Amino acid sequence: MTTLTGRPDVERSAPDSRSRRRRSDRTTVYLLLLPSLLPVLVLSVFPLLRGIYLGFTDARAGRNVEVSFTGLANYQELLGDSLFWSSFRIGLLWAFAVTVLQFLLALGLALLLDQRLRFRGVARVLAVVPWAMPPVVVGILWRLVYHPDAGLLNEFLHRIGADGLRTTWLGDFNTALPAVIIVGVWAGMPQTTVVLLAGLQGVPRELHEAAAMDGANAWQRFRSVTLPSLMPVIVAITSLDFIWNFNSFGLVYVLTAGGPGGRTMLPMLFAYEEAFRYGNYGYAAALGNVMVVIVVALLAVYVRRRLREAN
Amino acid sequence: MTRTDMTRVDGTRRGQNRSGVTRRPQRRRRVGRGLQYLALSAYLVFLAFPLVWLVSTSFKPPPELVRLHPTLIPDNPTLGNFVQAFTEQELGRAAWNSIQVSLASALLTVLIATPASYALARFRTRLGTVALGWVLLSQLFPFVLLIIPIFLVLRQAGLANTHAGLVLIYVVWALPFALWMLQGFVRNIPRELEEAASVDGANRLQTLRRVIFPLLTPGLVATALFAFISAWNEFFFALVLIKTPELATLPVALARFVGIEGTARLGPLAAGSLLATIPSLVFFAVMQRRLASGSLAGAVKG
Repeated sequence: MTTLTGRPDVERSAPDSRSRRRRSDRTTVYLLLLPSLLPVLVLSVFPLLRGIYLGFTDARAGRNVEVSFTGLANYQELLGDSLFWSSFRIGLLWAFAVTVLQFLLALGLALLLDQRLRFRGVARVLAVVPWAMPPVVVGILWRLVYHPDAGLLNEFLHRIGADGLRTTWLGDFNTALPAVIIVGVWAGMPQTTVVLLAGLQGVPRELHEAAAMDGANAWQRFRSVTLPSLMPVIVAITSLDFIWNFNSFGLVYVLTAGGPGGRTMLPMLFAYEEAFRYGNYGYAAALGNVMVVIVVALLAVYVRRRLREAN
Repeated sequence: MTRTDMTRVDGTRRGQNRSGVTRRPQRRRRVGRGLQYLALSAYLVFLAFPLVWLVSTSFKPPPELVRLHPTLIPDNPTLGNFVQAFTEQELGRAAWNSIQVSLASALLTVLIATPASYALARFRTRLGTVALGWVLLSQLFPFVLLIIPIFLVLRQAGLANTHAGLVLIYVVWALPFALWMLQGFVRNIPRELEEAASVDGANRLQTLRRVIFPLLTPGLVATALFAFISAWNEFFFALVLIKTPELATLPVALARFVGIEGTARLGPLAAGSLLATIPSLVFFAVMQRRLASGSLAGAVKG
């Protein structure tokens, strides 16, 4: 911090003093950034590169295990691994379903919260609470809701006389994935809502008024004024949501741990099991690499299409 | 979107100018309003009922927990579950671990992010772009890619299975976003103030201490809270890096608790979960306005 005492306001007209000042500025900047940069390099950038590399090796758990470069062997193995394929299919299904539902529900809620309705204050607070909960707690909370005997959902079905629909939601092969998806939507909707709401409030109100003057109805105003100005926010938040959902772990780990019979085995859970139950570090890292490539490819297509539409 | 736009998030502005611009048939309008209220109540039910259930379960005595048809409101509410959660299941120790780890993460994050965010906000540097690019890029990569090498690095440094190692990870993990938040706060402080101070003869350190820091306090608090909460809520790293049960943080302890649940165990589990949520709730209550403006402006405009 001592460099900060160097006076920045020395404005002697000689050109060499200015360049000296710029140089001292640069030193200052580096010194200020260093404490942040160093840990990020050691514990984020380096591990990431190392992790990518591990995906091309046969690394295994254990202290003095020899690691050798195996090229694409892990990926060949992945191609033939039916568990991997099913986990990947589930992961994509989960990520798409959660992201789309999250977005649609959040947009609806944001539009409502943007109106002058009563109970809006309550709704705003409630809309944020799930976001404030640790993923583990959200998982526990919904286990209580889905609990076969003591659960809210089954009791509700009993009260409305639909006992036939009662089931072990998280243990049934058919209902486990949809049940988990609903939890994902519930947990992620608040953040999306808040972001979209902020976006809505940035839409220039003059445009709305002008459109209304021209006789546009609510739906027309939404289509031709709100939606286009909201588009950058929508693209950003849905992209982020998709990444977060595809990489999510804690929620489903607590809810089902991938069960029943692997029906909710998201790729992250699969990779976790490979790495820390079976100790196949290299194989798990290869799986991580594939996940990154897939996500980047999907996002590239999505963002490019949206950009083209915008032009 | 500029930050000045975003500060109007409390929503009063739009409601006020809605009046009178359009004049539509009253009846249609009333039907529309009715539908809006219907939709809003549907949202409220979806959002609130699971929470109500958690609260309700946490106050139920054991007989009510195992009852065939549970009720929404406990007949004989009790605090026993909260007591049991902390004494019997050692969630208390886990909570204490979480508090220590989160506090240390928050302090350390603010300490190293403050100078860096000042540099990012006030000097044009390519590093700034690189750092912010990293924020987005790091979101892309699944933790699996990071966790194995991180584990190996920490083991080499003798920090595997320690709180110190966990704190380091949390700081690095919170840092990109903390930087993003804080540099926004610095940018909001008019540069003219610094210039005025220097014209008045203050040197750089004095300017920082007298002008920047007081104005930056809300930003520092916000950043610290953010770092605290992201450490408090974090599960995956804690699950993998901490092997000794006595060192486990609260989320890990709760998740372990889930494994041994019988119906009667649900009460303490719900109680513990509820308590684990309190810090985040406080954070969100404090930050309600800013969440939409400061931090999320960063997230969205990245």
